[in-house]
Amino acid sequence: MSRYFDEMNGKGEGLREPYARIQNWLKGLGPDQVHKALGDAEAIFRKQGITFAVYGSGEASERLIPFDIVPRVFAAQEWRRLSLGIEQRVRALNAFLHDIYHRQEIIRAGRIPREAIINNAAFVPEMMGLDPARGIYSHIIGIDIVRTGDNDFHVLEDNCRTPSGVSYMLEDREAMMYLFPQLFAQQRVAPVEHYPVMLRSTLESVAPPACKGEPVIVLLTPGIHNSAFFEHAFLADEMGVELCEGNDLFVSDGWLYMRTTQEPKKVDVVYRRIDDAYLDPLTFRPDSALGVPGIFDVYRAGRVTLVNAPGTGLADDKAIYSYIPDVVEFYTGERPLLKNVPTWRCAEADSLAYVLDHLAELVVKEVHGSGGYGMLVGPTSSKAEIEAFRAKLKANARNYIAQPTLALSTVPTFAAQGLAPRHVDLRPFVLSGDKIRITPGGLTRVALKEGSLVVNSSQGGGTKDTWVLED
Amino acid sequence: MLGRTAGSQFWMSRYVERAENMARLLEVGYRISLMPGTIEGHRDDWRSTLLSSACAYGYDRKYKELTAENVINYLLFDLDNPSSIKTCLMTARNNGRSVRTAMTRDVWESINSTWNEFAQIKPETVSSARLPEFLEWIRQRCMAFRGALLGTMLRTDNYYFSQLGNFIERADSTARILDVKYYILLPRPSDVGSDLDVQQWGQILRSVSAHRSYRWFYRDSRYKPWLVSEFLILREEMPRSLRFSYQWINTALQGLSNLYGKSYECHTIAEQTLASLKQGDMDEIFRNGLHEFLQDFITANGKLSQSIATTYHFP
Repeated sequence: MSRYFDEMNGKGEGLREPYARIQNWLKGLGPDQVHKALGDAEAIFRKQGITFAVYGSGEASERLIPFDIVPRVFAAQEWRRLSLGIEQRVRALNAFLHDIYHRQEIIRAGRIPREAIINNAAFVPEMMGLDPARGIYSHIIGIDIVRTGDNDFHVLEDNCRTPSGVSYMLEDREAMMYLFPQLFAQQRVAPVEHYPVMLRSTLESVAPPACKGEPVIVLLTPGIHNSAFFEHAFLADEMGVELCEGNDLFVSDGWLYMRTTQEPKKVDVVYRRIDDAYLDPLTFRPDSALGVPGIFDVYRAGRVTLVNAPGTGLADDKAIYSYIPDVVEFYTGERPLLKNVPTWRCAEADSLAYVLDHLAELVVKEVHGSGGYGMLVGPTSSKAEIEAFRAKLKANARNYIAQPTLALSTVPTFAAQGLAPRHVDLRPFVLSGDKIRITPGGLTRVALKEGSLVVNSSQGGGTKDTWVLED
Repeated sequence: MLGRTAGSQFWMSRYVERAENMARLLEVGYRISLMPGTIEGHRDDWRSTLLSSACAYGYDRKYKELTAENVINYLLFDLDNPSSIKTCLMTARNNGRSVRTAMTRDVWESINSTWNEFAQIKPETVSSARLPEFLEWIRQRCMAFRGALLGTMLRTDNYYFSQLGNFIERADSTARILDVKYYILLPRPSDVGSDLDVQQWGQILRSVSAHRSYRWFYRDSRYKPWLVSEFLILREEMPRSLRFSYQWINTALQGLSNLYGKSYECHTIAEQTLASLKQGDMDEIFRNGLHEFLQDFITANGKLSQSIATTYHFP
């Protein structure tokens, strides 16, 4: 019996039903065809400029994210169950943010310590008492979910700030349909290509009270050097909205405008893909050249909607993460449908002692880190690496949390020597506006190195097309 | 439409046009360098390539000596040179990348794959023998870009701004080539009509891919300064002439004023320039000085470019 749950073959008990057709297809696929398909896929991505930038790697700074042609499949039933849990969690996260920036009932009820909130770098005091349209803070959430067994799903992380990757989900599907159209003829795979339409509807539904008529929406990007620039351009294009940089927008007489080739045009909704700190040099970081001076005041006055709202990072902060099951219960009155990964908060003395004793088995992460940087994966680290990390941890324990290394599920993936199991995670994209909209599936990231559990693209991860079968 | 989008469309097309013109100038430079250097006093033909491409100043700051290798490298691959083919393609592609939403997939893929392929090329692999082939590839790619643009873009503001960038650059380039060859390379009246003279005019025509069409158009295999100048300045049949360029510029500006319902100073400048080219007379231009005429033209063309940028809020 294998240590890991394989989504195609279980733990050795044989083929799982959702993969029946995939197995037949794989059997008929010769090495030449695989080789050609992988090459074709790469050419498609490169030609369309689907690249991401890797910081600090000099000239070859635009890279492709490797794409694997074996899809990751969910049965309709599995997905229905999973989406209930996702929807519950997303509602709770938004309710939590609303509460934190208003009456802070959850703190009064003693379910979260006050210091965990107000000392948190992701808490934005300027948001206190502000009422965003429909009371929604995080309109786009990407929840990272890992699977460890047939019915075992865990949330690894809630991305409530500006989750990226949805363009890969869409382009992966495009590539698969181009390369293997017959696969889609054989079974019904839930479509994902309407995501941009759903996103647009969501953005329209949260236009500010001051907006009369059809809202003008823009996507605000830091520019072509940002690692996710391709995605910004892609989404703006698909939604039919302007792709703006900070200096394309300006505030005048209390309203937000964009500079056009004709008269300035009023803007109602800004889907911003720049961080809170850079949004408005007059309110946040004064040295920011990426943002729009004065935009926060316009937001406060209810004349523009920022998507996502500033300060949503609080809900996906790694120090808050361990409280989320409580959060879900507190706001929904229901038992959480999705589990958290057990987490030790190194800020607490008992936990820290445990973590220091078990470093070799644990994953230790920086509370504010992202992208798989600055973390320790105990089981795959050398003694020296562990000792070096121990020193860092002791020096600044508050800065870390620890989790057990999860037995992440695997999906067959083409490697140099042929088909082999590789670990995967899942990022479904969830939209909150007039209602909650969930894309069927999401982005599957796969750790391409044998045995690796790190799926981040910056650390050698790739992607797979993710299928939700229809009944 | 964002002012920045308009600016990027303008500059993307402008830089592709510049890359194409640079490839032509290099091809001519290379051809000359293959000829036996028998003509007294004109061994440094690479200098004329530097001058025609307005890169002499930058080159001299960087290099003491004039060598074929340095010039080729400077004009092809040097990112310190704002007009090198590499810089042009990179800038064009970056402009395109920032406004991907405003162009068709065909246009984007054309510039993107050109840049991707170019970026892979190591300068040392482009030997002297391979140079013509490489330059031809660049020209082909630039023309494919323009083909994609003409064949797939909607005729709205995006398109008009790209045409403005394209033809302002072309007009500038043609005027400069003519001026440099005529004014700087032929200083002595005794040279007029000499073998050297004929050869120089032939090069001018080659620099704009017009040596064959000249012969066809004028039914004459002897290049006459008067006719070559007329061909490149006044003939509307000649797609790289100043007049031809200004017709496209005016069409594009007209398209913008129809679309936006407004005309501005830039419309007046462009109309005046076109009118003077239409009424132009070669005798008169030569009488008042070809060099003066071309200098005035280049200045007015630059002013038009400025005026367009201000009017439509380029960043």
